[in-house]
Amino acid sequence: MSIDTRPGSAPAPAPSPVRPSRRGFLAGAAAAAGGFSLGFHLPGTGEAIAAPAGAAPEVNAWVVVRPDETVVIRIARSEMGQGTLTGLAQLAAEELGCDWARVTTEYPTPGQNLARARVWGDFSTGGSRGIRESHELVRKGGAAARMMLIEAAAQGWGVPASSCRAEKGVITHAESGRTTTYGSVAAEAAKLPPPKDVVLKDPKDWTIAGQPLKRLDTRPKLDGSQIYGMDLSLPGMLNAAIRDCPVTGGTVKSFEAEAVSGMPGVKRVVQVGETGVAVIADTFWRAKTALDALPIVWDEGPNAGVSSASIAAVLREGLDAPEAYIGNKAGDVEAALKGAERVVEAVYSVPFQNHATMEPMNATARWTPERCEVWTPTQNGEAALAATAEAAGLSAAKCEVYKIHLGGGFGRRGATHDWVRQAVLIAKEMPDTPIKLIWTREEDMTHGRYHPITQCRLRAALDRNGDLTGLHMRISGQSILAAIMPQRMVNGRDPVTFQGLNPSGPEATLGYAIPNILVDHAMRNPHIIPGFWRGVNMNPNAIYLECFMDELAHAAGQDPLAFRRKLMANHPKHRAVLDAVADKIGWSTKPPEGVARGIAQMMGFGSYVAAAAEVSVSPDGKLKVHRIVAATDPGYALNPQQIDAQIAGSFVYGLSAALHGACTVKDGRIEQTNFDTYPVMRLDEMPAVETIIMPSGGFWGGVGEPTIAVAAPAVLNAVFAATGKRVRDLPLANTDLRRA
Amino acid sequence: MVRLNVNGTLREVEAEPDTPLLWVLREQIGLTGTKYGCGIAQCGACTVHLDGTAVRSCSVPVSAVAAEQKIVTIEGLSAGADHPVQKAWAALDVPQCGFCQSGMIMASAALLAQNPHPSESEIRAEITNICRCGTYNRVLAGIQRAAESGQGSRG
Ligand code: FES
Ligand code: FES
Repeated sequence: MSIDTRPGSAPAPAPSPVRPSRRGFLAGAAAAAGGFSLGFHLPGTGEAIAAPAGAAPEVNAWVVVRPDETVVIRIARSEMGQGTLTGLAQLAAEELGCDWARVTTEYPTPGQNLARARVWGDFSTGGSRGIRESHELVRKGGAAARMMLIEAAAQGWGVPASSCRAEKGVITHAESGRTTTYGSVAAEAAKLPPPKDVVLKDPKDWTIAGQPLKRLDTRPKLDGSQIYGMDLSLPGMLNAAIRDCPVTGGTVKSFEAEAVSGMPGVKRVVQVGETGVAVIADTFWRAKTALDALPIVWDEGPNAGVSSASIAAVLREGLDAPEAYIGNKAGDVEAALKGAERVVEAVYSVPFQNHATMEPMNATARWTPERCEVWTPTQNGEAALAATAEAAGLSAAKCEVYKIHLGGGFGRRGATHDWVRQAVLIAKEMPDTPIKLIWTREEDMTHGRYHPITQCRLRAALDRNGDLTGLHMRISGQSILAAIMPQRMVNGRDPVTFQGLNPSGPEATLGYAIPNILVDHAMRNPHIIPGFWRGVNMNPNAIYLECFMDELAHAAGQDPLAFRRKLMANHPKHRAVLDAVADKIGWSTKPPEGVARGIAQMMGFGSYVAAAAEVSVSPDGKLKVHRIVAATDPGYALNPQQIDAQIAGSFVYGLSAALHGACTVKDGRIEQTNFDTYPVMRLDEMPAVETIIMPSGGFWGGVGEPTIAVAAPAVLNAVFAATGKRVRDLPLANTDLRRA
Repeated sequence: MVRLNVNGTLREVEAEPDTPLLWVLREQIGLTGTKYGCGIAQCGACTVHLDGTAVRSCSVPVSAVAAEQKIVTIEGLSAGADHPVQKAWAALDVPQCGFCQSGMIMASAALLAQNPHPSESEIRAEITNICRCGTYNRVLAGIQRAAESGQGSRG
């Protein structure tokens, strides 16, 4: 055993978050960006990266091939666990024709993107768009690089490029039998002009894309060496803990800095904007300890009296309000209801949900009057850069954001960068000192960007045969766009609210043909700020629609699958995934003793999804989900084993919310503060998940989000089949399932 | 001055006695593989081994750990990520974002050290760590695979 007697707080050198490949890249990019210093420091070393001699030049913006044949593929979108990094690398590598075993990746920075006329396109990673919106750009990047590498080899040999071919990073001229490698010609290729006409492979010829390959980013997650934003360490760095006013809309009235300024490690106590107070100390723990002891007086503002009950009352009023935005309308629903043999009506509701990413929000910022740099886990580096520039009071060209690996995103780290703004405001108080702001779990739970709260009243007309002739879905409640992206509203209407219920379109179409239909939205916006939460509005809409379809089938005395199928003749892709899960779960056979089944389908994020669940409920009301079969048609399946992981993972997220999760409001603030009061699913509750991946081609749908929506209604419908109890107020924990 | 035996090295650190072991490991010793997820012993992201037993280091004040007690963190679990649990994790591509995985691996390794062939229901009952990405089924399969490799009780 060795004894380390270094003075206490000298941290051991932290592992670098940057792969060595980055050195060459940053140097090259700095040059491309007009030579401004990127000022990046390797954490723990304090050394700025200098341009190393002989760094491999990029073939194009997407591809660098080093002399040792390592291929570096640049990834603009964020990896947050969903496998985008590996998936995008597969696409580029497929077109590039390189050796997959030699592929590594790196993130360009938003500042470089800006300086290079957005050569990497959009950095935003949300809405399951990471792959589906950038696949073409990435594939073209890989294909263009291949053409340039082949051209370079051909020129060297004095033969036409068309007589050469490339495979696994080796270029061959068949006639002469000559071969060379990508690494040998990369420097020459880099000098060539990019090709004009780039032809992409037919997906049926794919050998890297479409394969169930292992992720590229697993190894450092096994031994603790993966650096997340929270783990960052910079020379001279201080740490900060923050408390923002617990009531949104409130402000800081006063605080007594003197009460804590003598506590161990404390450097400064600062106000952050109008609404927050932070303690800066040498370590986070000391900052947090002092913050806990700091007396703060809030002016809680106009929302201090709001409660879950008062919000529910406002939404309830919206269920009957005469005015509403229309999302889907055909025929005359009121006439259908008047003429119905039978009218079925139900009201459903879903609460606020917190993202509760495993890694709480954090950012490290360094500010000087000339420059501001931020290191943070973000789903959208460009939006983080914009937030940095605004808070820093500097132009974007004087700012930079370095994306650090995310400990979960789920939508929380994309649209709004409230924590980045805070970190920059704190850093401004101590110029030229890097300060890492970490939120406690309590801060994270109470200052989320919550899954929006809505209620829905459904009224349906059944005719004499029990066929559905009319449906009115009135959604009442919160709009995400109104709160955080008003520029994307359409004439005051929030189209996202209608996800999965649209009459047509490639994104999220209703899968049933109902002759008289009205889907409308009475917008009611409480003060709690909403955000995009994995699955977004597809989650509540799938519960509303698919649980109610189940109610209608039972009211009509029909089998829930058969009842749906009759309405799906015009929607073969919706029906195909539904049929697939029904088939696999054995819908036409009797379930095992004590087990009941439920089924659901939906379309969203461009993909068709369905689920079938088997559950049992004990006499004392305890639910056990035994098994879920899921099917998805995402158009193309880039990496089946990762889709499988995404589907199982999304079920955990969706079922955590549907079974347990609710963020409730009292005295204007969110009541839940940690995982003790916001329970989530753990291994003991995890059902077996079987996935059916059935890509039909011709479109690119998402995989990280859509399936999440069908888990909850499939399980809730199975709960009804098991107990006769219809769960309409989510989460399920609010319903007593004990046998009466 | 606090003396700690971390991954076989004796460390002397300056910390208030009520500082959680988690933050001493992360901030004073620089071992950031051990994660903060809740601070109240709910999530398990901070799991380390204390004399071979899994503990949630966010809820262990550093003053409660004696210099003789052996602390093992994810960085010290094996030399080349070759503990049977780590190998099973690699084979099954268990991690998604990975943030919970240090804790998952440490909890799983401790379980197998105590119970080399746990039943499925024992695994479900014993591994109570939270994973928001939802890797549970691969965690379950990973533990079973490590157990089958017959070396589960190592380390
Ligand atoms: S951080 Fe220790 S259990 Fe969550
Ligand atoms: S892998 Fe992301 S929280 Fe578990």
